[in-house]
This record gives sequence, C-alpha cells and structure tokens, in this order.
Amino acid sequence: MQRYSTWRLIREALRAHSGWVPAWEDRDPEPRYEIVLVGGGGHGLATAYYLARNHGIRRVAVLERGWIGGGNTGRNTTIIRSNYFHPRSAALYDFSVRLYEGLARELNYNIMFSQRGMIEIAHSEADLETMSRAANSMRLSGVDITLIGREQALAMAPLLDPSPGCRWPVRGALMQRRAGTARHDAVAWGYARAAAALGVHIIQGCEVLGFDSVNGRAAAVETSRGRIEADRIGIAVAGNSSSLARATGFELPLHSYTLQAMVSEPVKPCLDCIVSSNTNGSYVSQSDKGELVMGGNLDRCPSYAQRGGFRVTQSVVAPLVEMFPAFGSLRLMRQWGGTVDASPDNSPIIGPAPVPGIYLNCGWGTGGFKAIPAGGTVFAHLLATGTHHPLSAPFDLGRFARGELIDEAHAGVAH
Amino acid sequence: MQQFPCPFCGPRPEDEFRYAGDAGRPRPGRDASDAEWAAYLYFGRNARGAARELWIHSYGCGRWIELSRDTVSHVVDGAKPMNP
Repeated sequence: MQRYSTWRLIREALRAHSGWVPAWEDRDPEPRYEIVLVGGGGHGLATAYYLARNHGIRRVAVLERGWIGGGNTGRNTTIIRSNYFHPRSAALYDFSVRLYEGLARELNYNIMFSQRGMIEIAHSEADLETMSRAANSMRLSGVDITLIGREQALAMAPLLDPSPGCRWPVRGALMQRRAGTARHDAVAWGYARAAAALGVHIIQGCEVLGFDSVNGRAAAVETSRGRIEADRIGIAVAGNSSSLARATGFELPLHSYTLQAMVSEPVKPCLDCIVSSNTNGSYVSQSDKGELVMGGNLDRCPSYAQRGGFRVTQSVVAPLVEMFPAFGSLRLMRQWGGTVDASPDNSPIIGPAPVPGIYLNCGWGTGGFKAIPAGGTVFAHLLATGTHHPLSAPFDLGRFARGELIDEAHAGVAH
Repeated sequence: MQQFPCPFCGPRPEDEFRYAGDAGRPRPGRDASDAEWAAYLYFGRNARGAARELWIHSYGCGRWIELSRDTVSHVVDGAKPMNP
C-alpha cells in the first residue's frame, strides 16, 4: 500500500502528481473464498478489514451490487455519538466512538473525524427531567454525557433563538463532548484501501441473487457474475436484508424505511457543534464545505424507493428554521434518501442466521454509520470464531422470541 | 401530494392517512409458542414491491382500510375496508 503523508504530498506536488496509484484494486471474483461478505458498505468493508487484521483471515471477498459506499454509507449525515440509554447499547456504540478516534491513523486515511460535540436541546421542564434520567443511565455506562444549562447551550450554538416567547425555547441541553462528524466516503474508502492492502478482494458491480446449500448449510453465493463458494457468508446489506433473507428461506424482524437528509447552500462557519431536538424531530450540523446538513425522522411508511417525501423534508426544515431564525434566508440545495432497516427495538441484529453458514449484521436502522468500526469488529469476530464477541451477544436474533428486547426509544431522532 | 382511495370517502390526500402495519396477519391462538408469538409480533413481511398494508384514515372517517401499495414505486392500486 502506498502510504499517504505530508512528505508524499510534497513529493507528488513537485512531479505533477504522476506517482499516485489507485487506492485499491477492483477485482474479478475468484471461484472460492474462505469468507464472502455481501454488501460493500461501511460495515462490510470494516468487517473485511478486521477479519484480515485481527484474525489473519485474508481469503475474503466483499461483494457490492453497485459501488462501494454508494448506499447508506454515502447517504447519511455522518453523525458519530454514543448517547444510548441501555448499558448494552452504550457499550457497543461507545466502543465504536473510541475506534473512530484512532481510525485515521490506523487506516492511514484522513476520515476527517471532528469531535465537535453534540447538544440535544431541552425545550421544557419535562424535557429536562427526561434528559437527566437518560444522562444518569449513560454516565453509569461510562459515556461522557453532561446536562448543561441554558446559557452554556446558547454559548455553544449562538444562533439559537434566545427570545423568551420563541417557538422552541432553550431550557438546557444534553451534551456529548466527544460526539462529532466524519467524512463518510472516506470511512468506506479508508477501510477498502486498508482491507485490499491485506489481501481482501473488493468486487463491485456484483449482485447476489441467492445462496446454494449443501446438506442444509450455505456453501456458495449465486451472483450476477457467477457462483462463488465460501465456508462462511456474512450479510451486511441494511435495507435489503429482508429480500436476501427471503431468497434464502427465512424472515427477519425488519421494516425498510426511507430516511432522508438534506443540505443548504454552503455558508461561512456559523455552527461548530451538532444541535438536535428529539421534541421536534430534527437535527443540524455544518459540514466542512459550509453546507448545513439536516435530518430528522423516518418517512412514514415502508419503502424501498431511496427517495424521501416532501412531508418529512418540511417537518425537518420547519422546526430548524424556527430554532435558528437566521437559517431562514438560506436555500435548500439538495435532498436525498436511503433505505434503512428498522428493527422493532431500534437496536441492531448481529448473529448467526437461521440457515447454518450465514451470519447477519443488520437492523442498524437509522444509526449504522456511527457504528461501522464496532460493527466491523464484532462481525469479524463472529465470522472468524463462530462465537459472539461479548459486545454483540445481546444483539442476537434470538432476543425477539426470548422477549429480551433492547428498546432504544431514546435513540431519538434518526441519525 | 399523492391521493389515496378511501373506500368510504373516495380519493383523499395521503396526509390524512396513517400507516398501521402489515395486513393479513392473524393473531395466534392462546396455546401459541414463544416463537409463534415472536413471528406475529416482530417478523413482518417487509415486501419489496407489491404489499398489503393497513392504514387508518385518521384525519377523515377514522376507519381502518387495507391498501395494495407498491413499496418501490409507491403506486396504490386498490383499497378495501379492513374487515369487509
């Protein structure tokens, strides 16, 4: 792998950038791998990287129907945080934030992780009481959460409307200092480059059509580019999980919904943290390009369309403009949607599928991007050893029949 | 805005309706196992393409209806009362 560094940049600048090589090689499929991963998004690519790095398994292929990072990994609003209510979720997501903190150095790829902090605004006394309960639970799980007052919240986001009679008064906020944003494409590309350097094959334009079983165990993948045999198969395809599961003969407790996001025209720096409101279901941050990146709740009924309806766009933009009156003069530049796999308890599903030989990493719903490093680590552990990583054990598919749901209602607005 | 055909009120703006889950899922009997209850409660169809769904005409007649809706194109090609 060609290492990136300031020295390399200077050297290439002096010779007309003639020495750069592609970050990874686009491969054709071979007939057989030890592990085949279906889905070349963040989770699939991270899993491939950790399989090679943590477990020494390099006969791995990542199959992607379109191009890597072209699904939800490239469509989300890049929020990274771990303010989850239940200890089992907090442990998983905080592990992810900690991995993100060292990821640019580890991958030798600038993922532009900016820990700018996040505040979730309390608009009423009732909001403050709910938040203090949540804050206590998160602090017991070791997550850096602070309940801050009105003055501190307004100091962090000075463009919030401070007037007494405003529509969304600021009473205080739940702050996670270590939360932030990263460059989502760079996370996909960085993992792809590092995995390819360790011998993983990244195969784009390769759609998985179904699975072949031998003696009741999945032994091969039927793809648009031929049959590929594998000892174990990992599925990390977010909103398409149900379709692949049905092709294999089992059902999943998922519903696919559109989650949309939108950006304003770019402006000079005016917001240096993430501001969210669970009460009105919207959130905003400012990208390095200057656009305000906005999002909110799921669209209102199941959909595979990868485009959002105007009703939800309006329900996101309207309260944000009420909270930040200055944003009212900006134009909305782009709006788009991705298909997310919502689980009944807003928690992911990680574990063996009902068909032996197949393993699942799905159900992240609206929050998959923030979990990419943790999801990759625990899924690689599962695929390599056949047993759960301690962090992923509670998220097994069996929890639904056991009634042992991890209900993350506090996961709040969707990001 | 898309129009949904309410069997009681005729075509109405989609905003008046609320999604309420998959249609055609009978409640299991009293002696059902944990797995059967889990299947009923959590394991929905999540169809890609043609789907049968329950909706409530919340801001209209308030009645439950069954829509035939395509989850990729969003085309609605049929509606009937939930229990005709």
